[in-house]
Amino acid sequence: MNDLLARYGAALTALFAALTAFWLLALVVLPDLYLFENSFRPYLPLADMGGPKDFYSLNNYLTFFRSPIHIQVFVWTIVYSSVVTVLCFVIAYPLAYYLAKVARSNVVPTLFLLLLIPLWVSEVLRAFAWFIILALKGPLNFALLGIGIVDQPIRWMTGFRSVVIGLVYTYVLFMLFPLYNAIQSLDTNQIEAAEDLGSPWWRTHWRVILPHAKPGIASGSVMVFMLSAGSILVPTLLASTNSRWFTEIIQQWMFESQDWNTGSAYAFLLLLLCTVFVSVVMRLFRVKLSDIAK
Amino acid sequence: MSQARRSDWLFHLYMVLFLAYMLLPLIVMGGAAFNDSRFPSVYPWVGFTDRWFVELWNDGRMWIAFGNTIVVAFAVVVLSVPIGTAAAILINSVAGTTRAVLYGLMVAPILTPGAVIGISTLLFWNKFSVPAGLHLSVLGQVSYIAAFVMLLVLARLQSFDRALEEAALDLGASHAQVVRRILLPHLYPAIGAGAAIAFFQSIENFNTTLFTRGTYDTLTVYVFSKVRSGITPTINALALILISVTVVCAIWYEIARRRSERRAALEAAPA
Repeated sequence: MNDLLARYGAALTALFAALTAFWLLALVVLPDLYLFENSFRPYLPLADMGGPKDFYSLNNYLTFFRSPIHIQVFVWTIVYSSVVTVLCFVIAYPLAYYLAKVARSNVVPTLFLLLLIPLWVSEVLRAFAWFIILALKGPLNFALLGIGIVDQPIRWMTGFRSVVIGLVYTYVLFMLFPLYNAIQSLDTNQIEAAEDLGSPWWRTHWRVILPHAKPGIASGSVMVFMLSAGSILVPTLLASTNSRWFTEIIQQWMFESQDWNTGSAYAFLLLLLCTVFVSVVMRLFRVKLSDIAK
Repeated sequence: MSQARRSDWLFHLYMVLFLAYMLLPLIVMGGAAFNDSRFPSVYPWVGFTDRWFVELWNDGRMWIAFGNTIVVAFAVVVLSVPIGTAAAILINSVAGTTRAVLYGLMVAPILTPGAVIGISTLLFWNKFSVPAGLHLSVLGQVSYIAAFVMLLVLARLQSFDRALEEAALDLGASHAQVVRRILLPHLYPAIGAGAAIAFFQSIENFNTTLFTRGTYDTLTVYVFSKVRSGITPTINALALILISVTVVCAIWYEIARRRSERRAALEAAPA
């Protein structure tokens, strides 16, 4: 702080501090605290607010724990978000390695440019693209029938299958880029040294490259899991009646029941889930928050 | 890894397959915009038409949503760039626990689901009788987009030579001059990149906007409601236009990059 004052004077320091304070207090901390506070209050008509019926209770959370369906949806959301995260890692790891260590360095920028195109296209359109592709009479079934892999069109949009397909497509790049950054910072000499000393390729990956890529894995996993669990578009567009996502229930409370208090309790559960996931990943991979957020 | 390996062709193949996986869905979606069929699809191919583009052009609701999206995006840039820059300068000058706590608070919104940000923003401002609307969407989006700007500017600050500021002060520059003539010029590349990212993130945003928008439409919300209530290929026409804009920007960027690379190579070559 003193350092700032010496360099930029009182007025500018005050401006920097005011802008930061506005952001962190008015946009981040207080809204989240208010969400937390609201989740313990009952949903009342305006006239009863602040009245005798307006007291703190755990009722909104009990609504969740007393509803087997909501618990089931919550668990499925966790399970399938984890599946999506693992799939994204499996798909992205060889590519990240390829881009960082195998591909000729003059083609890498062009490859990245091609990969960035789907990232710049809105999420709603990417989900919509799969909505078309996975349709019963859609191009995918047509192609599969044409090649002769299947002799019956496959009903893709049943269960969580189409949701997982859509989520992997939408978020795999959020795994690829951090992985690439991590692997790229590894000195190639280390890989060559391992090989010169007779290490087979899988052991080189297991003992040299993967440990070095840990911050990238952590960062990618956190992003993919959070985005998947919090996704609204993909589950709404691609899910069927037997596969519901936790965000859809939050939406129901907010828009259909107009019960913002129970809605905030459910939103807080989602926030809690993501916070727990971030802490577990940080502990597991022994990385700091500054390694994840890059 | 300079020497070619036998396993390389497998990697090349995998890369090509992955690119196809990433890009083919977009091509299918764009192609369906020209199909004269009521349901958006490329198969069966009924015939070539441009009527979905005409219908899209005549859709007043789309134009309103488009206008809203641009207004929101500009507002987000105008707010998040100064906030992110100020926060980066601030955090760069503190150390220890304060820094760790501040940093944690600043990056937390990136790791928060958009729905949670949207709901908390809605509830919080509703307490002060601020109704839902695009202004709340702007605030909700700024809360996490400012973090991207902060990270970019903070990274750029690492390569800043602070002795320059001291020299300027010793030579009698005012504090405002130090910021305007020394600090900001060094940060401009990061600020520019931050502004671009803020703009695109805002256009893309759906989750936060959905809960804060009130009755207003943005482009993503418009597309979403269209897809849910009786899809027509006008959405594909819109998608194709958006993808084309993206591709044109990407090619333009690539050409600029190659040109500057060539210039750098020419300058490096001995005269």
